[in-house]
Amino acid sequence: MLKDITIGQYFPGDSLLHRLDARFKIVMTLLYIVMLFMGEAFYSLAFGMVYCIAALLLSRLPVKLFFKSLKPLIPILLFTAVLDVFFITDGTVYLEAGFLKITEEGVLTAVRMVVRIIFLIVGSSLLTYTTSPIQLTDAIERLLAPLKKVHFPVHSFAMMMTIALRFIPTLMEETDKIIAAQKARGASFDTGKLTDKAKALVPVLIPLFVSAFRRAEELATAMECRCYRGDIGRTKMKQMHACMRDWIALGVTLLLLCCAAAAAVLL
Amino acid sequence: MAILRTEELTYQYSAGTPFEKTAVDHVNLEIEEGAFVGVIGSTGSGKSTLMQHFNGLLRPTSGTVYLDGTDIWEDKTKIRDVRFQVGLVFQYPEYQLFEETVFRDIAYGPKNMGLTENEVKERVLETAELVGLDEEILAQSPFALSGGQKRRVAIAGVMALRPRILILDEPTAGLDPMGREDILAEIRAYHKKTGGTVLLVSHSMEDVAKCAGKILVMDHGSVFCYEDTAAVFRRVEQLEQLGLSVPQVTKICAELRKRGIPLGNDIYTVQEAVRQLAACYKAKKGGASVC
Ligand SMILES: Nc1ncnc2c1ncn2[C@@H]1O[C@H](COP(=O)(O)OP(=O)(O)O)[C@@H](O)[C@H]1O
Ligand SMILES: [Mg+2]
Repeated sequence: MLKDITIGQYFPGDSLLHRLDARFKIVMTLLYIVMLFMGEAFYSLAFGMVYCIAALLLSRLPVKLFFKSLKPLIPILLFTAVLDVFFITDGTVYLEAGFLKITEEGVLTAVRMVVRIIFLIVGSSLLTYTTSPIQLTDAIERLLAPLKKVHFPVHSFAMMMTIALRFIPTLMEETDKIIAAQKARGASFDTGKLTDKAKALVPVLIPLFVSAFRRAEELATAMECRCYRGDIGRTKMKQMHACMRDWIALGVTLLLLCCAAAAAVLL
Repeated sequence: MAILRTEELTYQYSAGTPFEKTAVDHVNLEIEEGAFVGVIGSTGSGKSTLMQHFNGLLRPTSGTVYLDGTDIWEDKTKIRDVRFQVGLVFQYPEYQLFEETVFRDIAYGPKNMGLTENEVKERVLETAELVGLDEEILAQSPFALSGGQKRRVAIAGVMALRPRILILDEPTAGLDPMGREDILAEIRAYHKKTGGTVLLVSHSMEDVAKCAGKILVMDHGSVFCYEDTAAVFRRVEQLEQLGLSVPQVTKICAELRKRGIPLGNDIYTVQEAVRQLAACYKAKKGGASVC
């Protein structure tokens, strides 16, 4: 079922990670991604790994969840690994058969790449797992606030994101329902040629679009009825206040980033 | 032999996550061929989830569903045949309409069965008549119809499969009283004409009381009771505790009985109430004339 996809989902909780200011969490996630991709050396990568595992433990979410979020990526991971192993031909040769050549450099690059992708996914899922969509878009709106000076529609952009995020689960649920209803009339989605499969999607896509447009219109009417007119004169119900723990967390992140940078340069 | 039978049927949504939820809990049931069964229960009691097991849209977490004595999941490749034998009309089925014309939408199911063009046409015309859709509507776009008409088209889309068991999940939800009456009358007519098995899901007892011979009451994923309609309505107090509203006429008769009018405790249609009240009245008048 589509519902089993957990990337982008929010798991309410009360851990330290849940309580951190969403703005800081976004910045820290960006720094973490830099950390992962900074150096070639394993030592430098290790800092990012430790950071991620520590955060994962602090979130108090079941580890199983993260394995589940990785499952759909297995083909991509395998593809990347195979590509690296076979096409990088520098360094000590481990094995040679015909035109295939497996070298130390290839294997190392493959391992590095796979580890990086895994940690990239786990780290960024942590952000959405522990931050509600509302907080997330609110934080993005605030972080992008300086762009208002150059007339970038920050508020509309954030509102669009909020609405999109809000409706992802709804539309997924709707898709599941429509698929089930068409299956009840004998639709089959996984047999036949590729063209048959594409055709089988029509009875799902048309009702889905019809309902998405209907929902959009209803929502727009509802917003207008409540006098929504963008961010003109709009105040926030929930103010965001950075407190000590947010600054400490950011400090720790920066420190680790420096260490990783140092390791990348020195080792 | 029962046409449909379940054995310790259990289903959990999102098993193995923090959102795990047991929606159907060890259900054992037998449904006789040709029966008209009403399924009631408050919102969230697992009615829809249970129904989706009967045509193999959901696979039990544990337990088995038997159709004609064979486990429907015995051969996974045959599950599509099960769906043609057990037709399921979802709640708000009008949201599944997609074709350019009503005719083609109703024909979608029969076409999936691999019938010839003539057979398809015959079935579409037959079911359209059954649910009261005129021939000129068949050429229109389903999106241009009124709510009640759209629902008819969607119901016809499943009836056209000529399933041996027809399941309707809250077919009257969101319709006005007139529309409700019409749809229920059409379902009754379908049952009478085809003699097939019908399962009518509803959270309104008033609806099922009029049609069903037997009633299945669900509560928190389990079977609360599964008995003849009259027997179920004798449990007025229990049903009200489950958050179900008993038909108004049943309530009135219960009150009258409390005040000493000798009515039976199995009244759930207005006709029956009238009959018994008239009998009481006659008996009383007869007694009075003796004096
Ligand atoms: N797709 C789903 N994912 C998770 N939980 C669900 C889903 N559908 C239903 N449920 C839950 O299962 C229970 C039974 O739901 P349902 O079968 O729809 O009840 P009913 O049709 O009697 O209202 C409810 O508590 C509901 O919240
Ligand atoms: Mg339901």
